[in-house]
Amino acid sequence: MDSTERYLVGVFDDDEEVLHAVTEVKNSGVKIEEVYTPFPIHGLDVAIGHPRTRIPIAAFLFGCLGLTCIFSLINYTMVFDWPMIIGGKDFFALPDWIPVSFEGTVLFTAFGMVGTFLVSNSLWPGKQPRTFDLRSTDDRFIMAVNMANNKKTEAEIESILRASGAIEVNVKQF
Amino acid sequence: MAGHSHFSPSNVEEHFEFTAEGRKRVIFAFLAGLVALVVGIYLLSRGDHEAAHAVAEHGAEHGEHLSGGAVAHHGDYDWTNRIWANLWLNGVFFTGISVIGMFFVSIQYLAKAGWSSVVKRVAEAFPPFLVVTGTVLILVFLFKGDVIFHWMHHGITDKGSEHYDKIIAGKSGYLNKWFFLGRMVTFFALWLVLWNWMRKKSLEEDLNGGNENFYSMVKIATGFIVVMGISSSMSAWDWVMSIDTHWFSTMFGWYMFSSWHVTGLATITLTVLLLKDKGYMQYVNFNHLHDLGKFMFAFSIFWTYVWFEQFLLIYYANFPEETIYFLERWEGHNKIYKATEIMNVVFNFFFPFLILMTRDAKRTAIFLKIACSFIIVGHYLDFYQMIMPGTLGPNGGFGLVEFGMVTVFASAFIYVVSTQLTKASLVAKNHPFLEEALHHDI
Repeated sequence: MDSTERYLVGVFDDDEEVLHAVTEVKNSGVKIEEVYTPFPIHGLDVAIGHPRTRIPIAAFLFGCLGLTCIFSLINYTMVFDWPMIIGGKDFFALPDWIPVSFEGTVLFTAFGMVGTFLVSNSLWPGKQPRTFDLRSTDDRFIMAVNMANNKKTEAEIESILRASGAIEVNVKQF
Repeated sequence: MAGHSHFSPSNVEEHFEFTAEGRKRVIFAFLAGLVALVVGIYLLSRGDHEAAHAVAEHGAEHGEHLSGGAVAHHGDYDWTNRIWANLWLNGVFFTGISVIGMFFVSIQYLAKAGWSSVVKRVAEAFPPFLVVTGTVLILVFLFKGDVIFHWMHHGITDKGSEHYDKIIAGKSGYLNKWFFLGRMVTFFALWLVLWNWMRKKSLEEDLNGGNENFYSMVKIATGFIVVMGISSSMSAWDWVMSIDTHWFSTMFGWYMFSSWHVTGLATITLTVLLLKDKGYMQYVNFNHLHDLGKFMFAFSIFWTYVWFEQFLLIYYANFPEETIYFLERWEGHNKIYKATEIMNVVFNFFFPFLILMTRDAKRTAIFLKIACSFIIVGHYLDFYQMIMPGTLGPNGGFGLVEFGMVTVFASAFIYVVSTQLTKASLVAKNHPFLEEALHHDI
């Protein structure tokens, strides 16, 4: 690692409190990187201001890709390479192909979305996970502030975090 | 975002008022439909002679072998048949919408769903219309059943008769007048009795609160789901599939049920949206509408799945006695049903699929309204092409009679449902999950 990233980590012990704290901290002009919680909190993503996920777009594109691939495969095998008459229908028997094309679309979409999700969340094999505080899997709510994105000093941010209800504030470097 | 924290179950009670102005509009629509119907019937009776000749000539070359229904086998077409076929079509269609109101409430209770407690009173207001459609269907069956059903034709099961039909005679243990009537009366009675019971518990809950009524309603809902599972399939075989008596499809029960279900969901959503526009039900936010939109999207695809599987199996196997159903609609009867068949798939699959695909569309009232309208009109056409080719054959069409009849039924439906909505608070104020529903956020 040639560069270190420095984070201030606010620890909260109540889900309602962390939800309000997000708004307060943001209103004080601090940019929040992410909040880690043991269970989903409704409205938290909106409060942090995360943009909506673009994974449906990836899903749509993978679906189109799957449809094209499977359709081309059936068309090549059943019409061009080795034409077969099945049930007295034309070689190009479209209704027969719909179930397979549908399944191909679903398969490509599913695998494509899983892949996209893993890559976009940096979850590829061998990747060392970044854990700000292990207690975020138990009973604490963790708010991470990236110092590189903030102009305020550490002392200022720490007092803002404490004022909004953090029970401890730690420094974490990666 | 769910920002309605100022609502609490104690202050959300709200009453729908069916104003004199609204009443007048509905009655005006009813009368307009009635006038269109009467004019349509008058025109039909005048055009009777010319049409009869045209049919006789065409029937000889065309209709004869492409019809599974009553018409081609028997030359006894009378212009009044179109009225009875239309009554039957609208009766079956609106029965579906009404009974799905009860079905929707039942699945919500069975799943112990919270979000739907804000819209359940709307769905709960649909079933009273079953009294109207039940009466229409039973009367049409008793007095004009032979117009609709091939198997009711005189002498068709008598060995000595010239009309004797061995296949239909073999089905007469199930398809005979009194057993059929018994099933029809039983279904309507069960639906209405269970609805009444459910409604009673629902209103008791408004008065007394507590969880007792909720658990009773879960039990009634469970019973209704069992009843619906059997009756929806059997009514599909009886009321629609038996029109084309020689033909059968094992998918048909699901097919008609899915058509009913998605129409019912669209009607519930549209009613909620219209009530919101009038200033009622402000506690229903875009998260609830999103869920209703997802329901419509999913069940439009479910309908397509069932419709297509039925088609694919028949197409693939290619048995003449099965393919006749689609051939009759696609190229029989001088192709008058081809347009309906195409519109059926476009309105009921492509439009809802494309309109409701994105998240934003499901959260935008105007897109939901467009999708609801396409679904409701599309499934009317779906029932039209299920029922008309078998009953009217080459004499069918889409004119003032069809338009008038559907307007009459729709305005009667709106009148009955609006009246029912005034009878209780629009929100089930003591529903145990109401608080959860008010904070619904997805």
